[in-house]
Amino acid sequence: MTDSVSPGGATPRIPPLTPVLTANWDQPDSFTMAGYKRTGGYQALPKALAMQPDDVIATVKGAVLRGRGGAGFPTGMKWSFIPQGDGKPHYLTVNADESEPGTCKDIPLMMANPHVLLEGIVITCYAIRAGHAFIYVRGEVLHVIRRLQLAVAEAYEAGYLGKDILGTGFDLDVVVHAGAGAYICGEETALLTSLEGYRGLPRNRPPFPAVEGLYACPTVINNVESISSVPSILNEGSEWFAGLGTEKSKGYGIFSLSGHVKNPGQYEAPLGITLRELIDLAGGMLRPGHPLKFWTPGGSSTPILTHEHLDVPLDFEGVGAAGSMLGTRALQLFDDTTCALRAALRWTEFYQHESCGKCTPCREGSYWLVRTIQRLEDGTGTEEDLDKILDIGPNIIGRAFCALGDAAPVPIMSVIKYFRDEIMQHRKDGGCPFDPAASTAWAVS
Amino acid sequence: MPFTEETLTRLKADAVEITARYPKARSALLPLLYLVQAEEGFVSTDGIRFCAEVLGITETEVRGVSTFYTMYKHTPAADFQVGVCTNTTCAIMGGDQIYAELAEHLGGPGAAEEAAHGHHDIKSADGKVGLDRLECNAACDYAPVIMVNWEFFDNQTPDSARQLVDDLRADGESVRPTRGPARLCTWKQANRILAGFGDGQATDGPSAGPASLVGLKLAKERGWKAPEGAK
Repeated sequence: MTDSVSPGGATPRIPPLTPVLTANWDQPDSFTMAGYKRTGGYQALPKALAMQPDDVIATVKGAVLRGRGGAGFPTGMKWSFIPQGDGKPHYLTVNADESEPGTCKDIPLMMANPHVLLEGIVITCYAIRAGHAFIYVRGEVLHVIRRLQLAVAEAYEAGYLGKDILGTGFDLDVVVHAGAGAYICGEETALLTSLEGYRGLPRNRPPFPAVEGLYACPTVINNVESISSVPSILNEGSEWFAGLGTEKSKGYGIFSLSGHVKNPGQYEAPLGITLRELIDLAGGMLRPGHPLKFWTPGGSSTPILTHEHLDVPLDFEGVGAAGSMLGTRALQLFDDTTCALRAALRWTEFYQHESCGKCTPCREGSYWLVRTIQRLEDGTGTEEDLDKILDIGPNIIGRAFCALGDAAPVPIMSVIKYFRDEIMQHRKDGGCPFDPAASTAWAVS
Repeated sequence: MPFTEETLTRLKADAVEITARYPKARSALLPLLYLVQAEEGFVSTDGIRFCAEVLGITETEVRGVSTFYTMYKHTPAADFQVGVCTNTTCAIMGGDQIYAELAEHLGGPGAAEEAAHGHHDIKSADGKVGLDRLECNAACDYAPVIMVNWEFFDNQTPDSARQLVDDLRADGESVRPTRGPARLCTWKQANRILAGFGDGQATDGPSAGPASLVGLKLAKERGWKAPEGAK
C-alpha cells in the first residue's frame, strides 16, 4: 500500500490514518509509567517546563488545537482567558465524563494511555499557573478509574506530580474524582457544581469559568482528548500539528465507528477524512445488501445525516455546512434495517431522563417530545403531531441554560427532516414497519 | 441499622483521607456517598447522617445530592448489579432483546412487560443479581454492552447474557470481565474504588480491547504513521 493524499488535499503524503494518541495501545503495559516512557512518554514535559508559561500557551495557540469535547473552541485561547497575577488559585478540570450517546474515545484512551493525559495535565497547569487539577471521570467505568488512580500514584512517585516537579519549583496535585451517573455533568458548568459537592445543575454564563469557575476561581475545563493532544504539540511543534487536518480544523482526532459496520472501533486520522473513507477502512457495512441509511457525525446531539453525506469532510466546517456538527466524532451508523423513528425516540427518552430539571423548557419540552414521539411510533400519531414537535423543538433550543436543552429536540427534528414519510408509515401500518430483530448484531443478512 | 463504634471509627479515618484531597471539604460529598454505599450496599439514612456530620451540612442537603445521581442506590443493591445498555446504538444492535430476555430470566414471566412500564427493580430470587437498564456507557464500538458492577462485558448476545447471569449467581467473583480485572468485585467493593481507594487490580486485563485497536492495527499493516515534526 502506498501513502495517499490527505482528504483536505493541502499536504501530500499524509496517510489516511495517523496514530498518535492510540499509537501505543497495543503494548501490554501501555497504561504504566514504564510502558508510556518506552514509547516516548514524558519527553514533552521537561521541554514545557523549560519554557515560559506564556510561551507554552502560544505554542498551543499556534497549533490551533480546537477542543475535542464537541464544541471545538480553540484550547490555547481558552487558556489565555485565565487572568494572571490575580492572586487567586487557578484550577484545571479535565472533563472525563464521556457520556454523549455514541461517544467512546476518551474511555479507551484513559484505559490504555492515562499517562499521556497526565503529561498533558502537568503541561497545561504549568501554562495556566494552576496548582490543583481534577479529572472528573464518569463513575460507570471502574477499570478506567483504577488505571487513572495507578497512573496518578506512579506520577507522584516519579516526581512528575507533587512538590517541585523536576526541580523547577512548580507544584501540582491531581485528584481523580468519580462522577455518579449524570450526563448533565459533562456540561462544563454543571460539572463544576457537581465537583463542588452539589446536584449537577448548570450555571448561567457570564461569568465564564475562566473568570469564576471552581470555587469562584479562574478555571480551565478541557476534554480528555484535547489535553492528551498537548504533549504531541510540544514534542513535534505547532507547525507539525497545524500541518495535519484541514484549513480551519487542524490536527488529528479519534473517530469512533459504531453500529452496522464490519469493524467498529477507534480510527485516529487527520480531521477532514470522510465517512466513505472510514467505512472503507472499517471493512464496509455489516451485512451485504444493507446500505447505510442514517448516521450521527458526533453523537446524539448532532443532527443525523444520510448516505447523501458520505463525502462530507469530517471537520468542523464541513459537517457544519452539511447541516450538522462534528461534535465528538462519534459516528453511529445504521443500515436500512433500522427504524429512524425508533432511534429518535430512544435518544429523546435519554434527554428527558438526563434533563436536570432546572430550566422549564428543557424539563417539560423533553417530556412532551417523548409522549408525542411515542404516539407516532405506536401508529396513533398524526401530521399535527409532527407540527407540534417542530413547534416544541425551537421553543427548547436557546431557551435553557445549557446545551442539553439545545440537543434534546435535535434527533427527532432531524429524523423528521429526512424520514417524514417513514414516520407516517407507522400510522398507515398501525405500528412500526420494521422488525427490530433484523437490526441486531446477530441477525443474518 | 446505625453503624457500630468500630465501623464509625474506620469510616471516619477514611473520611479524613477523602476530604483532605479537596481545597474545600464539600467537594468530598460524592466520594463520601460512595464510601457509605461501599459499607452497606446502598445509601441509607445512617449513611446520609454520617456524610452530613463529616461535612457539617444538613441531612436534607446530603439527601438532595444523593437522589440526583443515579449511581447511588436508596434500597439495598444486589452483590452483582447487571446493567444492560439500552441507549440507541446498543438497543438497536440487540440490547433491547437482551434486556427483555434477562428480565424474564431473572424476574420470571411477565417481568419484561412490567419493566417496560417502569417497574425496574428486578432481582434474582436469591438476591445475588440485580438488573438495570443503562444509558450509553461509552463502549458503543462493543455493542451490545453489559456492565456488571461497572466492569465491561462487551459484544453480548442473549445467550451470553443468560450464561453471565447464571455464572454470577453460581460464583460471581470468579467471573472475568472483557476489559477489566481477573476477578469481579462485589458491588460494595466497587463502590470503595469509586470513593478513591484502589484494590490493586489496575494492571489486570488488556490495555485495550480489539475494537479499540482496529485503526492502529490497520495503520501498522499498511505502514501508515503520523509524520514527524521538524523538531
